[in-house]
Amino acid sequence: MDWDIVIGIETHIQLKTKSKQFSGASAAYGNEPNSQACLVSLAYPGVLPVLNHESVNCAIKLGLAINAKIASRSIFARKNYFYPDLPKGYQISQMELPIVGPGHLSINVNGKSKSVRILRAHLEEDAGKSSHGISQGKTGIDLNRAGTPLLEIVTEPDMNSAEEAVAYAKKLHELVQWIGICDGNMQEGSFRCDVNVSVKKKGAEVLGTRREIKNLNSFKFIKQAVDYEVNWQIETLEDGGKIEQATILFNPDTGETKAMRSKEEANDYRYFPDPDLLPLLVSQEKINEIKQSMPKLPDEMQELFEKELGLSEYDASEITANSDVTKYFLELVDSKANPKLSANWILGNLYSRLNEEEININQSPIDSSSLAALIKRIEDSTISNNAAKKVFDFIWDKSDITVDEAIDELGLKQISDSGEIDTLVDEVLKNNQPMIEEYLSGKEKAFNALIGQIMKASKGKANPSQVSELLKQKISK
Amino acid sequence: MLNLSIQSLSSHLEKKTFSSVELTQFYLERIKQYNPSLNAFISIDEAKSLSMAANADELITKGQKSALTGIPVAQKDIFCSQGWPTTCGSKMLKNFIAPYDAMVIEKFNEVGAVNIGKTNMDEFAMGSSNETSYFGPVKNPWDLDLVPGGSSGGSASAIAARLAPAATGTDTGGSIRQPASLCGFTGLKPTYGLVSRYGMIAFASSLDQAGPMAISAEDCALLMNVMSGHDKRDSTSIQRDKENYASKLNSPIKGLKIGIPREFFGEGLDSSVHNVIDSAIDEYKKLGAEIIEISLPNNHLAIPVYYVIAPAEASSNLSRYDGVRYGYRTKEYDDLMDMYFKTRQEGFGEEVKRRILIGTYVLSAGYYDAYYLKAQKIRRLISEDFTSAFKKCDVIMGPSAPSVAFNAGEKKEDPLAMYMQDIYTISTNLAGLPAMSIPAGFVSNLPVGLQLIGNHFSEAKLLNIAHSFQQNTDWHLESAKGFE
Repeated sequence: MDWDIVIGIETHIQLKTKSKQFSGASAAYGNEPNSQACLVSLAYPGVLPVLNHESVNCAIKLGLAINAKIASRSIFARKNYFYPDLPKGYQISQMELPIVGPGHLSINVNGKSKSVRILRAHLEEDAGKSSHGISQGKTGIDLNRAGTPLLEIVTEPDMNSAEEAVAYAKKLHELVQWIGICDGNMQEGSFRCDVNVSVKKKGAEVLGTRREIKNLNSFKFIKQAVDYEVNWQIETLEDGGKIEQATILFNPDTGETKAMRSKEEANDYRYFPDPDLLPLLVSQEKINEIKQSMPKLPDEMQELFEKELGLSEYDASEITANSDVTKYFLELVDSKANPKLSANWILGNLYSRLNEEEININQSPIDSSSLAALIKRIEDSTISNNAAKKVFDFIWDKSDITVDEAIDELGLKQISDSGEIDTLVDEVLKNNQPMIEEYLSGKEKAFNALIGQIMKASKGKANPSQVSELLKQKISK
Repeated sequence: MLNLSIQSLSSHLEKKTFSSVELTQFYLERIKQYNPSLNAFISIDEAKSLSMAANADELITKGQKSALTGIPVAQKDIFCSQGWPTTCGSKMLKNFIAPYDAMVIEKFNEVGAVNIGKTNMDEFAMGSSNETSYFGPVKNPWDLDLVPGGSSGGSASAIAARLAPAATGTDTGGSIRQPASLCGFTGLKPTYGLVSRYGMIAFASSLDQAGPMAISAEDCALLMNVMSGHDKRDSTSIQRDKENYASKLNSPIKGLKIGIPREFFGEGLDSSVHNVIDSAIDEYKKLGAEIIEISLPNNHLAIPVYYVIAPAEASSNLSRYDGVRYGYRTKEYDDLMDMYFKTRQEGFGEEVKRRILIGTYVLSAGYYDAYYLKAQKIRRLISEDFTSAFKKCDVIMGPSAPSVAFNAGEKKEDPLAMYMQDIYTISTNLAGLPAMSIPAGFVSNLPVGLQLIGNHFSEAKLLNIAHSFQQNTDWHLESAKGFE
């Protein structure tokens, strides 16, 4: 039987603010446990929440970036439950009136683009962290994270494969970094996805019962978890079983998903408006002001690169898939390096080295000004494309050397002196009479073989187009 | 030093008739003498109080004196006061030493007032008789068999027995005005948001409001000058220019339109209390006021609405007392759930648990719309009743409480009867309005309070109306026998 897969995603992104959502304590990651647990984080008697307006700005930016309606009035609510790392016994979140209303984000899978509808995005605060087993029978509580600003972004169930789910997550991950509201660090939990999965018979109108896979913090895990879960659900149904709504966890070690204890799901959160906070009012002026401060979005940049710089759709979309790569690319272009060549070099040699060493573009030992210098040496025919690759590898390992020094050191300067090339060509022709005859008898391949011989004789330094031209002249004489 | 107004105490301090240390010692002595029978204070710290007094004396010597400098003020134990035990009348916070000052405390400290001690109260301010305190019931100085009212019962008893010249209270449903009525002194619940709730332990956040308790309206005005003001640490604190509440005390009140809500004089009001209130209103007529009959048609819904909203907020506000980070934790437990259950079972008293249960219930899935949401809608109707009423009158008057002080234990086992104590006070909390209770006479030697309700931010006007009455009557100067 054929099945439709239906996926919706709730993403928690940690907002890049200095202080917490409702207090002045630092929201930095990785410090000594509880060193950022102020009286508000500790929920001391009598303390009150005060909204961090920087996080509101972040939410507005996200709303603008997904073409969503920004609510002029939204409400903070309390979500009540007991847990030791939730000091107040409730989380402040937004329930009925979220700050960001419906919007959309377009994704691209296998060359097909698709719009994913976003239902809402709301502001809330993170809980602290429980560390079990710190000492025997005890659980440690670190409240540094308690109260950190989060934006939860909720999609409609618009994705129909693990690939689409990953494409959405990647696109959103890129977008939130692009507009500067999240550092995107998935290992530190700055970007984590709850993925709702259900299956239904192909074409059926009614959605199947969904299970929610909690807290996936890598794209690989999203793919693995969804694949596993989809198979499990289909097998269960095909075996005549029933899917129960459940919250489930993905175990990266086994690659399996497993339902959490049902006790934890039975929570009635008793949401009600937080009487300590006034309704959040956002004016149109404020929205306009933020709109003006925002960078061009990836999709806008892509269009610009295609239209103004002549990049192919593929190259433009690859370059704009990451804000740091876009920035690097723009630096190359600003240094007057040829845009197409720049894109080729980034997506080709640079990417393969970065991948090999598992580092990102900001950690590249070759900065944009060096790469720009290298590309310019190709453009002005100082070196061939092949020689440039050698130079690239050479300076990758030697950071303190300039491109021109490397060219000299490697002796790769291209021979463009026509006298010198003339001699080379004559010499090769003298020793390869049979090939000339083959060529003249109509075998085109022989011509390329001759060029190869000449290049070899020049140790690769002869300017190939000059060689080709000269050879043509001489043979046809 | 006894029975003097804050203003005259202040001028004696300035003239150095006596020092703040002497004044503080005088009141500490009285507390030592009378507190054992009244149980008005939960904690006394002579050394701290005297050192604050010594600092105040220095300020006075340097000429850096303001109206409250060197004046002992009793602080309700709901306000976090750095270095002082802050218990909120609960076993849950029995050993809790506040690491910071509430805004109210901060303000008194800034002007050099002396914290004379932390006063007893109903547990987490839930009660109308001060019998729910973990630290034992407070006695009414007018008759030790009677309750002082609640929840600010300790502050009330302290003022009535003159164990302090001034005190703070908080009023969520009548907790300043009802004890002021039962103990015979002047108390003011300000407009919601006028006094910061920062550091004031929350009961029901949308209703809680701190206010002054003292002998006279004039004293309350001076206390309000210190307590009020915007505080950015409380998002519900109102941004408003600072007012001098003492500046209009003597304005003429001739032509004042007094609204008398017929709903405040129906069934449930003790007839002798009714008579006292009538005479007080007659006194106002003599002063040139005009009486207008008005109606607050939804007042009978105030108690049911309050007992949905206040417990709902309380159930959430009190979730933080879980034994994890501070306060009481049960001695032995098997696991986390066991620790939560036992801690909260042992740490909270009956009334607090009752309200947590009610609050949890009304917020539960399936009941939210029928209770919480509906209560919020009725709350708006109650508020609109006042809006219409204030189109016809300047102030609303009636009783503060349905009866004089009642016997300890009398209503303890009957929560509904106890809740009726606040029938005239709760609606103003729901509407966020300012209101006062002032001594208006006696029934069988027990004080009766007249309630004055004003429009938002009309505290200065209310104090002026109360002061005019106190310029022409002596009820507020009567004091309980045996505490001279």
